[in-house]
Amino acid sequence: MSTYLVRRFFLMILTLIGMSIVIFVMLRLVPGNIADILFDSAGFVDPAAKARLEAELGLDLPIPVQYGHWMGGLLTGDLGISYVSEMPAAEELAPRIPITAKLAGLALLFTVAFGLPLGVISAVRQNTTLDYILRIISLSGLSLPSFWLALLILMAFVRYFDWMPIYTEEPATLWDELLLLSVPAAAVGFRSSALVMRLTRSSMLEVMRQDYIRTARSKGASENAINYHHALKNAVLPVVTIIGIEAAFLIGGLIITETVFNIPGVAHFLVEAILKRDYPIVQNLVMLIAVIVVVVNFAVDLLYAVLDPRIKYAD
Amino acid sequence: MADIDHKAELAKAGAFVEGWWGSVFFFIRRYPLGAAGAGIMIVFVLSAVFANFIAPMDPLQTNAAASLESPDSTYILGADKMGRDSFSRIIYGARVSLIVAVSSTLLGGIIGVFLGLMSGYLLGWFDLITQRLIDIMQALPLLVMALVMAASLGPSIENTIIAISIPLVPHAARVVRSSTLSLREMPFIEAARAGGMSELRIAIRHILPNTLAPLIVLFTAQLGSAILVEASLSFLGLGVPEPHPSWGRMLSESAAEYVRSAPWLVIFPGIAISFAVFGTNLLGDALRDMLDPRQRS
Repeated sequence: MSTYLVRRFFLMILTLIGMSIVIFVMLRLVPGNIADILFDSAGFVDPAAKARLEAELGLDLPIPVQYGHWMGGLLTGDLGISYVSEMPAAEELAPRIPITAKLAGLALLFTVAFGLPLGVISAVRQNTTLDYILRIISLSGLSLPSFWLALLILMAFVRYFDWMPIYTEEPATLWDELLLLSVPAAAVGFRSSALVMRLTRSSMLEVMRQDYIRTARSKGASENAINYHHALKNAVLPVVTIIGIEAAFLIGGLIITETVFNIPGVAHFLVEAILKRDYPIVQNLVMLIAVIVVVVNFAVDLLYAVLDPRIKYAD
Repeated sequence: MADIDHKAELAKAGAFVEGWWGSVFFFIRRYPLGAAGAGIMIVFVLSAVFANFIAPMDPLQTNAAASLESPDSTYILGADKMGRDSFSRIIYGARVSLIVAVSSTLLGGIIGVFLGLMSGYLLGWFDLITQRLIDIMQALPLLVMALVMAASLGPSIENTIIAISIPLVPHAARVVRSSTLSLREMPFIEAARAGGMSELRIAIRHILPNTLAPLIVLFTAQLGSAILVEASLSFLGLGVPEPHPSWGRMLSESAAEYVRSAPWLVIFPGIAISFAVFGTNLLGDALRDMLDPRQRS
């Protein structure tokens, strides 16, 4: 087990280093840097002024040196300066992270609260009308584009309350903020809950075919005891993995939803930074997302071994 | 390998199967939801192919007088801010959507299949390096990866296709590699090698065809997700550029504002995206049930 952990840990570090190189190179594939863009839009080019700006931003250095500077900065907590606001990138990011974290937390809550029970019901009532309805709902959850769902929700709010749950100013209390965030969280969580529901259903069906379920039934256990005591406990394991992975991947849905609801979180900020080619922000944010995904995956692997004593990681 | 008499097998399963139409009816009876999905896909493909016959107007033709016109007899689904006919743009949008979805799935699929096949068949250092590359590619959510790719390549239809195809590579590679690993130990591969077949020929003629079933399932699912990612990228302004009629792009033009003033501009393109993706998902589920008995529900 410990050999496996050490190996797995080093692979994780290796992945992150590879990821940082990929991000760094990809962002520099674009012809033209920020200096070109600034000077192009100004309409005239003074080569000396442009060279001065490039030197100031460190863009004249060879790419490997620039990469070295970025890595060195990352390890010491210096994330560079945003090209657009000219503020330290860390200061730009810090206030936005908690907003996105709250949104992601609420979305995850929604995912588990709806996905898990509905998946169980769908499996227990397999091939009934209820099952078909739930399956169609979960399939449409995977089919509706999250931004369109968000827009439909806005439309309903305008129609019935003549008010949009859009972030216009900072909410006064935490309660207000959570209330405001719950609408976009539901829009994001719908998709993940559909995924969890499908997985719970198929995992439950798989377990319900096992011999020990038949044994439980033959010794006279009630259907409820069988479904919720014997089956669910075993069926929930693969679901835990998916919930963990979804937690990390929610960020994809958040990008869109934060944009539609005008929420000043990191996901919305990433899109803005990409559109403005604000490299220090983009590369640090994408790296942050990669770190979260990789670490969560690692944690889920560990959790799996804790939850299921049958699993032994051996080399 | 003994030939399987499909007709006899189907008849044994209680199906009345005679000819091509018979199998179509069997599929509809056995997988009603999958058949519905196939029906949606057929409508989608037909409108993409025959867009110029179906669409009543030129999707690029602007008309200042018809700006934000609500649905009426001329503009069935209304007109956008530049007075372009929404219905025609949605029909032509099917073409953009289909081109991006199919080409990105093919591109990503071919690279992924090649990497997976080589990695599972050759093993050794090639496998080691490919596996690490795949780990790296999977460390970012699909949309974030596509977003960074789109940003670094710039907005155009070709670059959107590339941006969407890259995140598919690790999925296809994983699927093919794991089937290849078990296939390469099979006696029929040993027989082919004993018969003097070259390694490359074994990989392509004997291993690849046996990995097709899970690949078809993966590719169908991928079509739906490619349509979604294209719409999302275009919605954010990083996908298919103007003036191409893309469903996602149609929703992006100050959509939050139109929610109040012109809801028809928000509703219809969204319905188009959802239906196309819903169709591929339904069909994908049925194909998975049919081709992958382990996951049968």
